[in-house]
Amino acid sequence: MEIDPLIFRLSIFILSIFVGYYVVWSVTPSLHTPLMSVTNAISSVIIVGAIIAGLSGNSESIFNTSSIFGFMAIALAAINIFGGFLVTQRMLAMYKKKKKNK
Amino acid sequence: MISANLSAIFYLVSGVLFILALRGLSSPETSRQGNLFGILGMIIAVTVTFLSVGNFSLGFIFVLFFILIGGSIGALIAYKIPMTAMPELVAGFHSLVGLAAVFVAISAFLNPDAFNLGTPGNIKLGSLIEMSIGAAVGAITFSGSIIAFLKLQGIMSGSPITFKGQHPLNAVILVSIVILIYLLCLTQSSNLFWLLLAVSFLIGFLLIIPIGGADMPVVISMLNSYSGWAAAGIGFTLENTALVITGALVGSSGAILSYIMCKGMNRSFFNVILGGFGATDDTSIATKKEQRPVKSGNADDAAFLMKNASSVIIVPGYGMAVAQAQHALREMVDTLKKNDIKVSYAIHPVAGRMPGHMNVLLAEANVPYDEVFELEEINNDFANADVAFVIGANDVTNPVAKTDPQSPIYGMPVLDVEKCKSVLFVKRSLSPGYAGIDNDLFYKENTLMLFADAKKMTEDITKNL
Repeated sequence: MEIDPLIFRLSIFILSIFVGYYVVWSVTPSLHTPLMSVTNAISSVIIVGAIIAGLSGNSESIFNTSSIFGFMAIALAAINIFGGFLVTQRMLAMYKKKKKNK
Repeated sequence: MISANLSAIFYLVSGVLFILALRGLSSPETSRQGNLFGILGMIIAVTVTFLSVGNFSLGFIFVLFFILIGGSIGALIAYKIPMTAMPELVAGFHSLVGLAAVFVAISAFLNPDAFNLGTPGNIKLGSLIEMSIGAAVGAITFSGSIIAFLKLQGIMSGSPITFKGQHPLNAVILVSIVILIYLLCLTQSSNLFWLLLAVSFLIGFLLIIPIGGADMPVVISMLNSYSGWAAAGIGFTLENTALVITGALVGSSGAILSYIMCKGMNRSFFNVILGGFGATDDTSIATKKEQRPVKSGNADDAAFLMKNASSVIIVPGYGMAVAQAQHALREMVDTLKKNDIKVSYAIHPVAGRMPGHMNVLLAEANVPYDEVFELEEINNDFANADVAFVIGANDVTNPVAKTDPQSPIYGMPVLDVEKCKSVLFVKRSLSPGYAGIDNDLFYKENTLMLFADAKKMTEDITKNL
């Protein structure tokens, strides 16, 4: 009997939770705010679902109810992707070590 | 058009890049590179999606157009936002992830053909369960984050909103969500799908309104976690590895942060979620309050104490963020350092309104991160320090947490500020902190209260140094 592909995704999911657990514990507490903004940005990879929905219309009807929700989701996710990564970059650029010159 | 197998491999690659993005945050040196990995992972995921759908007609132009609109808004926000508003920004971003998840679930429900999930009214059972869970969690994330945003922004009062029968009502709604999902899978009725969304939006609001302002670090972390689980739910529906991996990463990240924040307050997760903390009308606390003498001083006294010190520890809190005093503080510290005084910063895990809030503000004011220490790293140093300068923090320095088992904050890890030779406490008045209790530190022999706005006081001290 074949294994349902769902089981494979479930395995990936469970293992990723463990990876996430260990990776996040190793994040230094001083970078917890950038951690939140970057997780925000990467969870917006949900845009791939929005793109599929947005492209689902054919040439006669680009806009149907489903694709309109897709387009709205694209805009929302894009705000998050650009905003999240850029603000993280901006924060991380501020973390500096002590200058040696005295 | 590329094959399904090839695109699955690319999605896996971008999932791995996202793991590396979080891994980079283990130290500030590697963090910037980590962020670039994250961006690369996102570019790969989006490009592969375009190639696998392979539809480059007019619809493609519209997709690019909406990415451009959203992207410009996002970029503008990212450059304009002041660092003190970071908690609001993160809460706002969470709400967008939640809403995006809801929208994707709606379009998948209305047009399952496009996602290979069956036909309308006859969606594969597994996919339907996954998408309704994703939609429900997304909706809760959205409305919950909106409330968190309004509270942080000050549009809505930060004090808890409670009413009779709140918890039973929430429990009934949560159970009804499970029942609705069950009925939806049985009947595939679109009315039930809309009802499920409406109820989920409602419970998101209801869950967050009883939680007070200073518990926001837990709430934000929790909503971060929810946004991850919503993404994972949608990831299962779309059979997309990148989304499943990312959802799991973000979900566990938020859960760990919530745990760290709860531990920082010595409260259980359920205690925070049930809410109402800080709104206590506990008479036993009120009656205990008596007029006790405090020593208060001015900027000149403070400057004198610091000039004669050899080591100073700064304890910043949310008040510093409110007063925007971080730059003034750095200038004061620069002057101290010129006089060969050793200065370090002590950060309590729940200082501020989100995890790591103080660290970002200090970094913004050009404080080197190797002068900033966490509670465990620095707590033993207070005994050897000459001056502790408490600016905008209160409950996290209260020695009552160690001595009085009756106190609501008993057992909470606190900074041992009182062990310093002298304590300078910048505060506007003697009013109690968030926990609604008096701080014993105010009345200690070695404490000097500086009643003023944090920024103004810090500037005045610098002038007098």
